[in-house]
Amino acid sequence: MMASSYKDEDGHITVSGSGAAAGGGGGSLRSKKPENTAFKQQRLPAWQPILTAGTVLPAFFIIGLMFIPIGIGLYVTSNNIKEFEVDYTGVEMSSPCFTCSQNFSWNSTKPCTCSVPFHLDQPYESNVFMYYGLSNFYQNHRRYVKSRDDSQLNGNEESLRKPSKECEPYAKSNNKPIAPCGAIANSMFNDSLELIYIDPNGTKVQIPLTATGIAWWTDKHVKFRNPGAENTNLTVVFQGTTRPVNWRRPVFQLDSDPDNNGFINEDFIVWMRTAALPTFRKLYRIIQRRSNVHPTLPRGNYTLEVVYNYPVRSFEGRKRMILSTISWMGGKNPFLGIAYVSVGSVCFLLGVLLLIIHHKYGNRNNAAEISH
Amino acid sequence: MTWRSPLALVRDALQGQRARERELRSLVSNLPYEGQEKGKQPNRFFLSNAIKTTKYSLLLFLPMNLYEQFHRLANLYFVGLAILNFIPVVNAFQPEVALIPICVIMFLTALKDGWEDFRRYQSDRKVNNTPCFVYSRREKQYVERRWKDVRVGDFVRVVSNEIVPADLLLLYSSDPNGVCHLETANLDGETNLKQRIVVSGLGAANLGFEPESFNSAVVCERPNSNLNHFKCFVEKPDKDKVGASIESLLLRGCTVRNTNHAVGFVVYAGHETKAMLNNNGSRYKRSKLERKLNVDVFFCLILLFAMCLIGAFGHYLWLESLPGVPSFLVPDSNGHLDVPSLESFYMFFTMIILLQILIPISLYVSIELVKVGQIFFITNDIDLYDEETDSRVQCRALNITEDLGQIEYVFSDKTGTLTENKMVFRRCSVMGTEYPHKENAIRLDVIDEPESEEEVIFNQHQQLPRSRWSLEAEGISPPDTQRHGRRRKSKVAANAHSDAAFSSPLETEVIPDQKLLQQISRAESSGGRRDGNRSFDPHLDFFLALAICNTVVVSAENAHRQRECTSPQSSQMRNPLETFSSLVKKAGAFFQRDKRNRTLSEDPVIDSAKTEDEADANRLRTCSLHAPSQNGSAIVEAEELCYEAESPDEAALVYAARAYGFILLARTPDSVTVRLPSGEDLVFEVLDTLTFDSNRKRMSVLVRHPVTKDYVLYTKGADYSIMELLGTPYAENFSGIEKNVAADTQYHLDCYAKEGLRTLCITKKVVSESTYQSWLGERKRAQAAMECREELIMQTAVQLETNLTLLGATGIEDRLQEKVPDTIVALREAGIHVWVLTGDKPETAVNIGYACRLLEEEDLVINMSCKNKVTCTAILDCTLEEVRRYRDDPRNAGTTQNISLVIDGNTLDMAKSPDLQERFVELTKHCRSVLCCRVTPLQKSAVVKLVREKLKVMTLAVGDGANDVNMIQAADVGIGISGQEGMQAVMASDFAISRFKHLKKLVLVHGHWCYTRLANMIIYFFYKNVAYVNLLFWYQFFCGFTATTMIDYWLMIFFNLFFTSTPPIMFGIFDKDVSVEVLQGVPELYRTGQGKGEYNFLTFWIAILDAFYQSLVCFFIPYLAYQDSDVDLFTFGTPLNTAALFTILLHLGIEIKSWTLVHWIIMLGSVALYFIVTLAYTATCVTCNPPSNPYWILQNQMADPMFYLIVTLCTVVALLPRYTFHVLKNSVAPSPLLQGRQLDRMDPSTRDQWIKEWRGFRGGAPAKRYELSDPPSPTLETPVDFFPEFLPDSNFMGDDLSLNVITESRQRAVHT
Repeated sequence: MMASSYKDEDGHITVSGSGAAAGGGGGSLRSKKPENTAFKQQRLPAWQPILTAGTVLPAFFIIGLMFIPIGIGLYVTSNNIKEFEVDYTGVEMSSPCFTCSQNFSWNSTKPCTCSVPFHLDQPYESNVFMYYGLSNFYQNHRRYVKSRDDSQLNGNEESLRKPSKECEPYAKSNNKPIAPCGAIANSMFNDSLELIYIDPNGTKVQIPLTATGIAWWTDKHVKFRNPGAENTNLTVVFQGTTRPVNWRRPVFQLDSDPDNNGFINEDFIVWMRTAALPTFRKLYRIIQRRSNVHPTLPRGNYTLEVVYNYPVRSFEGRKRMILSTISWMGGKNPFLGIAYVSVGSVCFLLGVLLLIIHHKYGNRNNAAEISH
Repeated sequence: MTWRSPLALVRDALQGQRARERELRSLVSNLPYEGQEKGKQPNRFFLSNAIKTTKYSLLLFLPMNLYEQFHRLANLYFVGLAILNFIPVVNAFQPEVALIPICVIMFLTALKDGWEDFRRYQSDRKVNNTPCFVYSRREKQYVERRWKDVRVGDFVRVVSNEIVPADLLLLYSSDPNGVCHLETANLDGETNLKQRIVVSGLGAANLGFEPESFNSAVVCERPNSNLNHFKCFVEKPDKDKVGASIESLLLRGCTVRNTNHAVGFVVYAGHETKAMLNNNGSRYKRSKLERKLNVDVFFCLILLFAMCLIGAFGHYLWLESLPGVPSFLVPDSNGHLDVPSLESFYMFFTMIILLQILIPISLYVSIELVKVGQIFFITNDIDLYDEETDSRVQCRALNITEDLGQIEYVFSDKTGTLTENKMVFRRCSVMGTEYPHKENAIRLDVIDEPESEEEVIFNQHQQLPRSRWSLEAEGISPPDTQRHGRRRKSKVAANAHSDAAFSSPLETEVIPDQKLLQQISRAESSGGRRDGNRSFDPHLDFFLALAICNTVVVSAENAHRQRECTSPQSSQMRNPLETFSSLVKKAGAFFQRDKRNRTLSEDPVIDSAKTEDEADANRLRTCSLHAPSQNGSAIVEAEELCYEAESPDEAALVYAARAYGFILLARTPDSVTVRLPSGEDLVFEVLDTLTFDSNRKRMSVLVRHPVTKDYVLYTKGADYSIMELLGTPYAENFSGIEKNVAADTQYHLDCYAKEGLRTLCITKKVVSESTYQSWLGERKRAQAAMECREELIMQTAVQLETNLTLLGATGIEDRLQEKVPDTIVALREAGIHVWVLTGDKPETAVNIGYACRLLEEEDLVINMSCKNKVTCTAILDCTLEEVRRYRDDPRNAGTTQNISLVIDGNTLDMAKSPDLQERFVELTKHCRSVLCCRVTPLQKSAVVKLVREKLKVMTLAVGDGANDVNMIQAADVGIGISGQEGMQAVMASDFAISRFKHLKKLVLVHGHWCYTRLANMIIYFFYKNVAYVNLLFWYQFFCGFTATTMIDYWLMIFFNLFFTSTPPIMFGIFDKDVSVEVLQGVPELYRTGQGKGEYNFLTFWIAILDAFYQSLVCFFIPYLAYQDSDVDLFTFGTPLNTAALFTILLHLGIEIKSWTLVHWIIMLGSVALYFIVTLAYTATCVTCNPPSNPYWILQNQMADPMFYLIVTLCTVVALLPRYTFHVLKNSVAPSPLLQGRQLDRMDPSTRDQWIKEWRGFRGGAPAKRYELSDPPSPTLETPVDFFPEFLPDSNFMGDDLSLNVITESRQRAVHT
């Protein structure tokens, strides 16, 4: 297809195959002899690895020897992470949240509460991260993922008044623009969880939960912004907009702290970062370690106080509360450690196998090695 | 301008259409109508001389280019998907963004097309604006115009060295003989000068030419592309018709040489000229690989369809399983949710959009780029460059480079392809007496040597050559001592001018045979003097025939083609002598013009014969009168004469005649001047030339002897075409011993043929006056005929060529080109069946066959030649049976039978018949080489087609002449050798080389490289796309089959367009699996590409399976690692994307065989580009790409050690199987290519020894097809261990096996 024939001034039919071919014959007086360069003659110095047992043996052993310790390290780290999970969906009759889960409507004004007791076998030493977990919730549904207006969330006044059509059908309600618009915001998780420690002597101590620092720094400071940068009075800023249909409160009443209100409310930001998989957890609160003497969460009995708002029956979902300490590798996940160890072992075994093969076949076939 | 009704315009257009399509066109001069409006012009319907080769115009470029591009299905597919994206219910991405990839691809293609078209436009403009001289009635002279202004019916004057602007009917030439010399190199590459003759019989053709007085009508045929045929007659006002043929047509694009000026009448202009009709652009062939590729694209479509169905069905099930309406199901803007079945129907299309890149969008563009790169390297190969002709290999078809790597059958022409086509006179037989020319043979043998050891000989030549062949070197102008130097110089000097048939003295000089010389001098002294005696000595006649019976054009070496462009002014400034001589010329012409041709030649010759003493003055006169076409010097020394022949045989004969003193001095259409050994110059009037054609296989010249006034017909031709036309033996008054001339000559001819010489018979016939006159009438009628003129002319020729008298025969050697045997052996070892198709007789062909090692001494040669079909069938069956038995014999397992077949044209025709062809093909399948003799061009192509279609193999045809064009076009790959016989073969070919030996590197090295590179690249491309797309597919199982992507769409586009696009292209252009030395040293390595090759069903599906596996790994390792965590959509996609990048690139890394600097730069550059672009994109894009929000994601990930751990693990696990598989295969069962690569790593001397050993080993045990013998081990076993078990085989072959094909015809099993 790159072929083309041109007629030059002689009416002579020449075919220039490529730029190069034409370039070579550019000057009619010059000899057409190709340049004798390493590049044009395809003689560039080259490294020509040959994958045979003999040459790759070290690679297999190195991979094996590196992966096994890494795997062990990962496994140990993962095992050191303490994690505790409470399912409070309330599907079973015995569950304390059963009633709440049964009679639900988005619009009920009277909150339904339930408390779930649980027992921690071990004390949690460092900072403890408190997650809520949802399963079977497809936050990654294609249309759901798209149903948001990033420029509105970024504080764009115009988008605030006129949300993008991606937000449909959650862009307007009663002819008022919804802030924040879209299905993601509309379906925001709205259970509130409280953790109460029951002292061995019976007193209930509420565990202090930190609600800030749970979102990405860049999200909180760059991506999400309240409209009207100078105006700290969010009520004024959001005037003329309406709350998402499923919300009980408008966006400017999410929190009393002005730094955690409106679009920059961290619970909201966390929710807006759509989960990759249908079973996911999202960071809810952080339990800061207070002193070096006492563990953050001592071993003992606890109650999880739930204000049960969020419906999951429509998709057979589960709701969980997860307490977890954290390490450099994030949450508890033994998979990587096991995977590394097994891949390392396989490589090592392959290395041994290749060693045998090398001894059996190498001498006969690898002429190159003999001559060297 | 007057207004004309549209109706009139339409009517005009229709008229024009009709006028153009008419079989005959009647053209009249434009001059009477000069200055009148267009509607009155008689020739207004014919195309103007402006040409336009551009495809597009500025305004219509876009629509036309788009239209062209949409002819490609792939483009249509991608645009269709992009449009599908605009439908809201099914869209997967933002519609605008989804258009980007296809737009980029199409924009690049359009850019390329536009640039090419612009180049064409520029050259068109240049051509159209070239000045030329057109006669204007108003100004009464030739005025300068542009080419584009020339119209049919104009009179155009062309001067020397000017290019002819349109097809002109030659009406006047400044040459007194009405000859115009033409160089047609621009059209057909033939560099010898052609003569064109003024249309005779137009009264006005004296002194000057008055265009205004031209009032005849020119009737010519409809334009066609045949460069060698033109039918036309000029109808004078008195209804007298004068025929004209191609002999009077100056073709557009040719260059006028050696003629001061000429005037022509424009018959065809612009696109109707023969040159333009022949210019039909480059050829588009589809390579085998591409055909296979399209099948696999189809497989991919099926795969895509299946995956989309799974997606749609999965979505349906998922929707059905939901108990209620969850909040993540987003209704449409009306708050309405479709029923699951409809949703899943839409989802099918969305899935197609999502997974579309399963069909690699950039594959076609990448393949084109790779081929451009491959062609760049092929054309730049210094080994394929020929210094002598200063030519590189030309790639004319640009998309079948990889076909070169799959060749299984090579069909080769013999003359000019295997041989030099530089004919050397070796020996002759006159009147039944053989003259062996021993000294000549010795000389040629000595000269053969310096080919290889030029340096050595060059130093030694002072002693060595003298002593060996200076015996009788009288009469040879350059001293022997200089010969080597000159030859060397001429070889090395890369001047394009020396492309006349004979450039070096080696070929032109002949040492005369002493006996024959004596014979001639005796004849001279006795018979030559007897004027009026009708019986001229046959020896003299023989050499006269050699000198006369040809179409060789004589030109002086110094006047030979001045290429520099002389402006009209400077050409008018001549030295006084020249002006004078031209005055004499004109005066002479003036006096003799009335009496026309006949008297013109006779008078001065009689003079010259009488006044022998005044040789010098005489010569001046003859030359000025009869060799005036030489523009320059008037005096022509015999030594400076340069013969230009259309066929090298003729030149060889003329040179041979010259060696014996019969010097061809000049040739005009009407006369031939020959100098006799006695020194006298004879001017023969040429009455007619019966040109050569492949049916008659002979040519004749009818001359009138100046002394005896006899009408003499000299005929030369192939022996079988001459022998049957012989009349009574030569001189009936001679004694009986001469009676057997024919038989003796035939015997000598057979001997010559066995030596591999080309034979020609020379005959003479004296025609009586009355016979001639009656024949002349018929001849004239035939020449003026419009219908089937060729047949009529041929018939008249056959009429005259009867009762010939045999004079003798010549043997001309056509030496093998350098390294031909080596090349053929290499091709054979590469598993390629070599067929040689030649028009020569079987003996010559077999001889050459042995010489070029097509046939080996120990081969079993089956000779098939039978007269009728019954015997042919019997032979075929018997032979086939024998061959099968031989093959099935367990003792022969593991060896290839060295069977060769020699078959002649007749038998071939029978064997090709539908009922026998199966058996014939079956037989040839067992033959390693086949030699077909006496085949016609049509048979050549029929054979190629037969083999190609019946055996379904890749064929390559190589040839150099016009007779090979059919064959070259019939084969999958056509190779033209730009040699002595013009450029027709090159024009028809896909690749043009200058020497046969280049075929070895072209096929074995470049073919192999191109094929493996492209095959591996295509496989890789499929793999790459499947692997990447499957990542998205696996994700669908975790997002409810809603076609969500976890990778930002921009990054997905970049991934395919930028991050992973260059490495495969580089792989396709640069990768070098085995080095040149090893590929050439071990031709067997070529077999890997034959047949199914490396790109086949298995490799394709293994690649697809591997892609599935790798994508599974790359998806599920991150999935398991991030399971039930707070990972968000695009954070999850980042390690996936990165792992995929590394896997895909490192996969290529495993496949790359040699890493040069280019590889490193591109591979590392791709990785760097990925990180730089992604980092930049995620750092800057806060809300720029609304639905996805990639801000700071990669930065976050890169701060997380988990990211690196996951990517490393994915890459290692994904590549582990392929890596291990390669290692195991290479260790346990190394492929021949791998062994070749191991050879590469040795130092050169060891390697050469190895190759030698390998070949030696193989020599004992020829390998089976597609299966290679193991090379011997250098340390453990020596080849000796292997030999004994094969020795019995060779013994067996030598002693026991002989093919006893018993037939009643002259069938024999040649067993040497």
